[in-house]
Amino acid sequence: MIKFFLMVNKQGQTRLSKYYEHVDINKRTLLETEVIKSCLSRSNEQCSFIEYKDFKLIYRQYAALFIVVGVNDTENEMAIYEFIHNFVEVLDEYFSRVEPIDEFPKICSALEPQQACFSPDSSSFKGAASTTPIY
Amino acid sequence: MVVPSLKLQDLIEEIRGAKTQAQEREVIQKECAHIRASFRDGDPVHRHRQLAKLLYVHMLGYPAHFGQMECLKLIASSRFTDKRVGYLGAMLLLDERHDAHLLITNSIKNDLSQGIQPVQGLALCTLSTMGSAEMCRDLAPEVEKLLLQPSPYVRKKAILTAVHMIRKVPELSSVFLPPCAQLLHERHHGILLGTITLITELCERSPAALRHFRKVVPQLVQILRTLVTMGYSTEHSISGVSDPFLQVQILRLLRILGRNHEESSETMNDLLAQVATNTDTSRNAGNAVLFETVLTIMDICSAAGLRVLAVNILGRFLLNSDRNIRYVALTSLLRLVQSDHSAVQRHRPTVVECLRETDASLSRRALELSLALVNSSNVRAMMQELQAFLESCPPDLRADCASGILLAAERFAPTKRWHIDTILHVLTTAGTHVRDDAVANLTQLIGGAQELHAYSVRRLYNALAEDISQQPLVQVAAWCIGEYGDLLLAGNCEEIEPLQVDEEEVLALLEKVLQSHMSLPATRGYALTALMKLSTRLCGDNNRIRQVVSIYGSCLDVELQQRAVEYDTLFRKYDHMRAAILEKMPLAERDGPQADEEAKESKEAAQLSEAAPVPTEPQASQLLDLLDLLDGASGDVQHPPPLDPSPGGALVHLLDLPCAPPPPAPIPDLKVFEREGVQLNLSFIRPPENPALLLITVTATNFSEGDVTHFICQAAVPKSLQLQLQAPSGNTVPARGGLPITQLFRILNPNKAPLRLKLRLTYDHFHQSVQEIFEVNNLPVESWQ
Repeated sequence: MIKFFLMVNKQGQTRLSKYYEHVDINKRTLLETEVIKSCLSRSNEQCSFIEYKDFKLIYRQYAALFIVVGVNDTENEMAIYEFIHNFVEVLDEYFSRVEPIDEFPKICSALEPQQACFSPDSSSFKGAASTTPIY
Repeated sequence: MVVPSLKLQDLIEEIRGAKTQAQEREVIQKECAHIRASFRDGDPVHRHRQLAKLLYVHMLGYPAHFGQMECLKLIASSRFTDKRVGYLGAMLLLDERHDAHLLITNSIKNDLSQGIQPVQGLALCTLSTMGSAEMCRDLAPEVEKLLLQPSPYVRKKAILTAVHMIRKVPELSSVFLPPCAQLLHERHHGILLGTITLITELCERSPAALRHFRKVVPQLVQILRTLVTMGYSTEHSISGVSDPFLQVQILRLLRILGRNHEESSETMNDLLAQVATNTDTSRNAGNAVLFETVLTIMDICSAAGLRVLAVNILGRFLLNSDRNIRYVALTSLLRLVQSDHSAVQRHRPTVVECLRETDASLSRRALELSLALVNSSNVRAMMQELQAFLESCPPDLRADCASGILLAAERFAPTKRWHIDTILHVLTTAGTHVRDDAVANLTQLIGGAQELHAYSVRRLYNALAEDISQQPLVQVAAWCIGEYGDLLLAGNCEEIEPLQVDEEEVLALLEKVLQSHMSLPATRGYALTALMKLSTRLCGDNNRIRQVVSIYGSCLDVELQQRAVEYDTLFRKYDHMRAAILEKMPLAERDGPQADEEAKESKEAAQLSEAAPVPTEPQASQLLDLLDLLDGASGDVQHPPPLDPSPGGALVHLLDLPCAPPPPAPIPDLKVFEREGVQLNLSFIRPPENPALLLITVTATNFSEGDVTHFICQAAVPKSLQLQLQAPSGNTVPARGGLPITQLFRILNPNKAPLRLKLRLTYDHFHQSVQEIFEVNNLPVESWQ
């Protein structure tokens, strides 16, 4: 089960955060700083899965942006890894750039159909992106 | 004047422009004040913009609870832009803890029944994110209706909402179970994916659903087979694998359905083999599917050939250069190692290779797997690798590694000596990270291996001489040196090169440990006790030890002070018992991690079975004379019975002080004799558990200028009492307050008869022999009542 989804830049500032379980607001910033610290300290050759407290972090770096997903033990890490990439590809295709800094509300809503089933469901997003007039 | 509000983009730019945290906070606070004012004014036109800004600020971590009511207003409005932001705000700001969330139930209900697809989509999204149990119950019928709608967009969202509802309210499964069968026939992948997730949830929560859905296993198999053999499709293919996400999800469901169920597992066997062999593994997507397949094979009752295939796939993963793949391989092998131990053993060399990785996650997994793979045949090789790893591993892994090594050594040690060596090595490299009971275990082990005493103590002495900072090592070494100090000084041990160790060096080392600021209080306790034990093992005089012990009698640490005072008393009053008390410990039982120094000590005192030396014969005949004096013409002679083996029960109490009950009110000492500087004092002890018993300690002190030599003290009591004399601590009292002589009398008085005591002293003083006979008057009443 996905616990949270973060997009963080290299300086450690959160660009996007989405929590799927309730976390207190002051604990969130703490969590984010710790998570970012552990991801930023990894080098390129190390593997993308980190164990942090009682869940796993799966992260992927795109230029200056880190995307981190926190999951519990039951998830297939490699599928989540693939999912991150898929998400970025879709965003790229839709917004024609990988730095979605300004489209915050749209991105947030865009994450809903995917995470609502707590599993990658990006094909649906593709479909949604093409048929709906919302976005 | 109305200030035009910022657009969201402008706000974001402003926040980005802030150079410091304080500046950012300023910007945000100013903006929040504007937003609050705007909400109060109730401006409907710009409300959505304000809320959007508020949501952004919330995401950065600032409080935004005052926007909750605005979300409701926005949701209720008819404009789509308003609704969109309103629902988003509801998802982010409202949740079960706030009662306000129930207010949107009605809005959602209206929106769901209106039939405008985007709006329905929004409402369903919100419901699936933050729907509480009450909301789910209320809206379940609406959602069910939408499951059968023609539009795939809405249907897909409805299924996802159903998944969330099942999670919140498992009773609703009866509502959502029937449509699933029909939904499985869909071709739209999004719907399929949602349906599979829904079925997975249903099966996980209710065994009845599980049985129901076993029927659809063939159908699932068919779907997966189509996917695998489908070939390239633009819409669903990711790096050559068609819809890996759907495949992974189906595999997961098959895993749940096939667990512990022979029939379903059989149906799946072919398919799993097919997936495993046909998937393209050059890219990550393929590997993800393969990994899920392996997990499924491991969990269901698969054929043996299939399991071997799974292990081989994992082995191949291990050799892959991509670290992510190696990581998942190590994780799954760890799960497998319980059931297919021999299969995993074949990959042991590769696993050991991974130990040398610099990557922290990988090395941790490799460590766990290596520890699980240790067995009696490979224990020596594995231990070598693991010890090499221990020396170079990152600090957070050290504790796990050390305890793992110690556990494995305990289970599979080929010889005791190897075991001791291993533990020693672990203590020297990672001493501070071992578990607390490692010390107890090691002392137990060494104690039990009699032939290795000399070897162990020598090695420990060398290790201690080099480094006194690793506390567990110091504790064990101090204990060993105390116990086996005589073997250390004996100098001959075939297994290590001979080292001539001086008594003074040993004492100096222990003193260094005592004084070092790195030593924990527990370590100091060990060192002090060891010093004390050495007073009997070493043949030199004990002055140095006595000095140290008396210094620590005023130490600030209560535990240490107590020990020092006890040991000091041991030297002064109970010197004759010192050898017996401090002799080699018997092997303590292994009673788990609670065994500690205190328990061992009290056991030691209680288990003493060595008799204090038997009194000499001549005393008996002279006593008879005394008795004649006391009782007049009495034919009955009381022959002093042979000495009872157990020494002063009083001393056991003394050593047991922390846990013993408070001693009874002490009887005051009595000075019974004084002549030219030579004094005789009596001290009385009535042990509480034996009211008939009275212990008298006679102390002879000498404050004169001449030594007292050949000192002998004898006693007699009335017939109804029993008297036992124990050997005195010596028969010389040096001049000017030298070491006094002490002697213990045991008197049994079961009838509580009045106590009378007659003493006879003979000694040489100033080159004259002195003989004194007298009866002790003023005996305190408490001594016999």
